[in-house]
Amino acid sequence: MEKRRFAREAISEWMRHGGPDSDIVISSRVRLARNLSGHPFPMLATNHQAREVMEKLTGAVRAGKLDEIGKFDIFVLDDLTELEKQVLVEKHLISPALANESRCGALILDRTESVSIMVNEEDHLRIQCLYPGFQVKEAWTKASRIDDKFEEAVDYAFDETRGYLTSCPTNVGTGIRASVMMHLPALVITQQINRIIPAVTQVGLVVRGIYGEGSEALGNLFQVSNQITLGQSEEEILDHLHNVARQMIEHEKAARRRLLAESRLRIQDRVCRSYGILCHAAVIDSKEAAQRLSDVRLGIDLGLIPDVPPAVMNELLVKTQPAFLQQTFNETMTPEQRDVRRAEMIREHFRKFRYGGA
Amino acid sequence: MLCQDCGKRPATLHFTKIVNGEKSEFHFCEACARERGELIPGTANGFSIHSLLSGLLDFDPPGGGAGHVSHPLRCESCGLTYSQFSKVGRFGCSDCYRYFSGKLDGLLKRVHGNTVHVGKVPQRAGRMIRSRREIDRLKRELQERIAREDFESAARIRDRIRELERRLAEG
Repeated sequence: MEKRRFAREAISEWMRHGGPDSDIVISSRVRLARNLSGHPFPMLATNHQAREVMEKLTGAVRAGKLDEIGKFDIFVLDDLTELEKQVLVEKHLISPALANESRCGALILDRTESVSIMVNEEDHLRIQCLYPGFQVKEAWTKASRIDDKFEEAVDYAFDETRGYLTSCPTNVGTGIRASVMMHLPALVITQQINRIIPAVTQVGLVVRGIYGEGSEALGNLFQVSNQITLGQSEEEILDHLHNVARQMIEHEKAARRRLLAESRLRIQDRVCRSYGILCHAAVIDSKEAAQRLSDVRLGIDLGLIPDVPPAVMNELLVKTQPAFLQQTFNETMTPEQRDVRRAEMIREHFRKFRYGGA
Repeated sequence: MLCQDCGKRPATLHFTKIVNGEKSEFHFCEACARERGELIPGTANGFSIHSLLSGLLDFDPPGGGAGHVSHPLRCESCGLTYSQFSKVGRFGCSDCYRYFSGKLDGLLKRVHGNTVHVGKVPQRAGRMIRSRREIDRLKRELQERIAREDFESAARIRDRIRELERRLAEG
């Protein structure tokens, strides 16, 4: 079977382009939760009711409501293989909940993969916009435009006092979750992160690892997002997140400068060792790979490793996830076999840059 | 940052709990967070914001609701009871917000520190909301004018109300 477009590449097209502060901020994301009025939320919907919601929402897209925004494909979850669903999860285009628990779930995905719209996840509609670098406000503007387009076609569950009504009370009001994914290796090396995370949580924001709630900060990647959705306008929420993230960026920059000034040789040794290991290792587990890739990315950003594009970290982080490895090598693997294939995939990838340039 | 419980694994759950204005901070790894059942109710596939939330939902202010055990609070549209809601942490439909409204202010205040939405209003539905508000305001003014026997301007207001109601009916 021919691979679907989303399964072919590990990084989405939108990620190939850098953005503001993209040496530290990998991506900015805004997600809006919406529900249709007069339809029970997905948790309690019958199969028939869930199907009705899916048809209304995908119907709006088929009728051309999003034509001004971009070119969209519609995927019904039941038509996808388990492996395809996992690949979508590993690329952060859908949530594990949509992949594993939804009924009549669908994904509306634009060709550059910068807009992914989930149908019948926890809420009827989840509009997600992704931008490279530090561009939360741009992501909000786009998500809001898509929101308006859907609202032309369907009636939202909206209450004058409570705002947009969502399945979970943690999302009610604006239904917005804005987040910034940051690579903060210098704050981790200097252990300043231990002071920063509690400070950030105190001002009402949440810090997570890259694979969402409860996940570890793999590869020194941290996702900072708003927690409060009610009683503040979208602009206030975004301003707050923006200001806090801006401060974190400045701290990371200062820490990097200090590392270079005070322990240049040590940091050079560290990143180059990691580069060497990635180029030559025969077996590597996902945790070590993430840490080494983070080191190499830091080396690239500090100008210590020339000729390797910065996107290599994100690309390889996704490519070396279990489902992606499985579909690349077209075989099911034990975790041990995966560690071998992972090392092979990384070696091959880096060979391009070492001989003959990219 | 290491887990404050075991001190070995990295902490992946960071949260601040505020109960009656008293603030406490927690940093746990997933394993320790699971063990602390009394603090964070765990679920089969790991704890989540929902299970964290249901901990908050069970927390009823003292003195409230005593003696109302015989009639469980229930959403008449989807049938979800409040106690089911507090277990799963999710509403069944948008009407649950109306049927549970008596209990929601406390909950929303704990989660968001606020109870009233101030952000975006849907474009199309928003126009209707604004029209309805305008009609309510005009009706009050109409009563006032009639009471003052200012029938000339009362008639103008009445026409304006009719016009708005006609437009509202047409969508």
